[in-house]
Amino acid sequence: MIIQTTNGASPMTQTATFVGMPAFPIAAKSALANSQLRSNIRNATHTIRAKRARVAAELDDWDQLREAAADIKDDVLANFVRYLEQTEASLTAAGASVHWARDAAEANQIVVDIARSHQVKEVVKVKSMATQEIEMNSALEAAGIAAWETDLAELIVQLGHDLPSHILVPAIHRNRSEVRQIFIREMGKVGMPADADLGDEPAELAGAARRHLREKFLRAKVAVSGANFLVAETGTLVVVESEGNGRMCLTLPEVLISVVGIEKVVPTWTDLEVFLQLLPRSATGERMNPYTSTWTGVTPGDGPQEVHVVLIDNGRTKVLADEVGRQALRCIRCSACINVCPVYERTGGHAYGSVYPGPIGAILTPMLRGVGIDEQTDSMPFASSLCGACYEVCPVMINIPEVLVHLREKVVDSHRGGLPSTLQAAMSGASLIMGRGSRMSLMQTFTGLGGRLFQRRGVIGPMPAPLNRWTNARDLPAPPRESFRKWWARTDGGRKNSGSPASTSRNGTDQS
Amino acid sequence: MKAREEILLRVQSAKVAAPDHETRRDYAHTVTVPDPVGMFVERVEDYQATVIRTSPEGVAAAVATSLEGAARVVVPTGFNPSWLPEGLDIVLDEPALSSDDLDRVDAVVTSAVVGIAVTGTIVLDHTEGQGRRALTLVPDLHVCVVTADQIVGDVPEAVARLSASVSAGRPLTWVSGPSATVDIELIRVHGVHGPRTLRIVLVEATTA
Repeated sequence: MIIQTTNGASPMTQTATFVGMPAFPIAAKSALANSQLRSNIRNATHTIRAKRARVAAELDDWDQLREAAADIKDDVLANFVRYLEQTEASLTAAGASVHWARDAAEANQIVVDIARSHQVKEVVKVKSMATQEIEMNSALEAAGIAAWETDLAELIVQLGHDLPSHILVPAIHRNRSEVRQIFIREMGKVGMPADADLGDEPAELAGAARRHLREKFLRAKVAVSGANFLVAETGTLVVVESEGNGRMCLTLPEVLISVVGIEKVVPTWTDLEVFLQLLPRSATGERMNPYTSTWTGVTPGDGPQEVHVVLIDNGRTKVLADEVGRQALRCIRCSACINVCPVYERTGGHAYGSVYPGPIGAILTPMLRGVGIDEQTDSMPFASSLCGACYEVCPVMINIPEVLVHLREKVVDSHRGGLPSTLQAAMSGASLIMGRGSRMSLMQTFTGLGGRLFQRRGVIGPMPAPLNRWTNARDLPAPPRESFRKWWARTDGGRKNSGSPASTSRNGTDQS
Repeated sequence: MKAREEILLRVQSAKVAAPDHETRRDYAHTVTVPDPVGMFVERVEDYQATVIRTSPEGVAAAVATSLEGAARVVVPTGFNPSWLPEGLDIVLDEPALSSDDLDRVDAVVTSAVVGIAVTGTIVLDHTEGQGRRALTLVPDLHVCVVTADQIVGDVPEAVARLSASVSAGRPLTWVSGPSATVDIELIRVHGVHGPRTLRIVLVEATTA
């Protein structure tokens, strides 16, 4: 299967990372070199970003909605036990079976057992981050049960034996001709084949997916979904989608299993008046998404007559225990932060090596999995310029930069003891040099010389070890010939005619 | 320890302090739209769905126009018979049609329970006249009759109106335009799995 657990993950929590994935700085480098990927991602993020800004601006009370959403979620976290017990009671009263899973393995076992009890060889799936996180597809496959992704992008990813690169539009790294090739090559192997003369117009490709999947929808007995919200008061589940594949899965099969993170709970039905305004506008930049389905347990004569809800922890209580980081549990998976992130825009989602990419992934993944366990996860909080654009657009006001800085601290702390790292040594050196003007002045003489040695077109690129650990991911402007101090002394702060070497004096002031 | 108890124990030991303020709800609970019906029409058409505005007397004719090209039409129990045109090849869902049977039907005609002006949304609670959920999902054309008094301003008013249905355990389907995707190169394609065409017949007591 496509996603596997990194070996270093603690047995308590498995959060899907892409196996063998290098740490972010290395993965980012190869992503940056892929110009097709960069242009696809840039186009996608800029388009959605502009649409989001337009429809958010239509609502005069946008910031009040964000405040309400943050407060509602905080209330849930502060009274979590009560709300979870209420949720369970409401679901049970409505005819749903409630299961609890501490971790991915437990959740997957529950799903496999239910599927086996109905003797099925396949299930249809609604796109869900929770089931991706627990790698449910590979668990089902290991049990001899095929899990068919039914979201168009997820289908492209699954048929292409590929990895998702965005929460909302997971196949955004593929262009139409690639999609066409994947459909022609792969559809016939797992069901209704695509026509050999299939064109590459998006509408034609979507038509091929419709035919391919309809066969599966009509015969499926068991479906697996996630949920966007779960109402404690009534036991109502909510799925927000665009294509109608969600409605197919939620309506046609006899058995429905919904895998839901415990943080999806909201107290009351009325609370949805806030989230159903924020989510579609933040996610796809629409006033409303095409389809929203809500269901409360079993409805006699309508839809699945056997309804299961699997409430999963899988690291969420670890996030909850982090006083600074717990705000990440407010996340409604809209991906607005991803679409405005200057780092994501350039690297795409794969470089993060997690099912949760971008700014939210950079805080959520390390908290779900724990820091200090593997290098790849530890690199994630550093995959940011801390520009704060993510915080500005977040519909539930998660202060992502604050959590990033907090996690950087935790990562550094987890590596304390033993030999000081290059970074620590460099920082101690810097503090020694910058602590006194005379030392600084002496150092600048050397940097001026050294800079000329390593610079190329005014920029210092990669340098030899151990300095390459910094310079491999960063180009530095070359230091000027003359330091600010020297320029000041020579020209009396610019009052004397500066003369030579005037050409570098501007750089000189920049540098100090 | 069982999973449930252990998770609840973990939650408890996280010791989350109560927030320092009450939940703020300073957003608009109702919106004043000068012409909610007009806005509803404009927003629905924004999604590439069509709207026919008509008087109560003109509904059957508008439904007939909307059904153009559809031979077999499924009509749910309880749908207002005066809204149906004469001579329609009607398929009933009694006894319940199989999914395969439904797949061979061309269109479905239903009513709705709420319309939302700001978002151009119709909501079905699948009671009388709206059919079970599969009816408005499998056929390729959905014709939906909405009355002007069902149209509210924005989402909070709709949520309030729908509260009784949810408490009664009814499922809801919120529909904003036809099924759509932007999964390939971010180009909007209408109609993936749900009905590819949505036509709304809007009934106004006095014609505008």
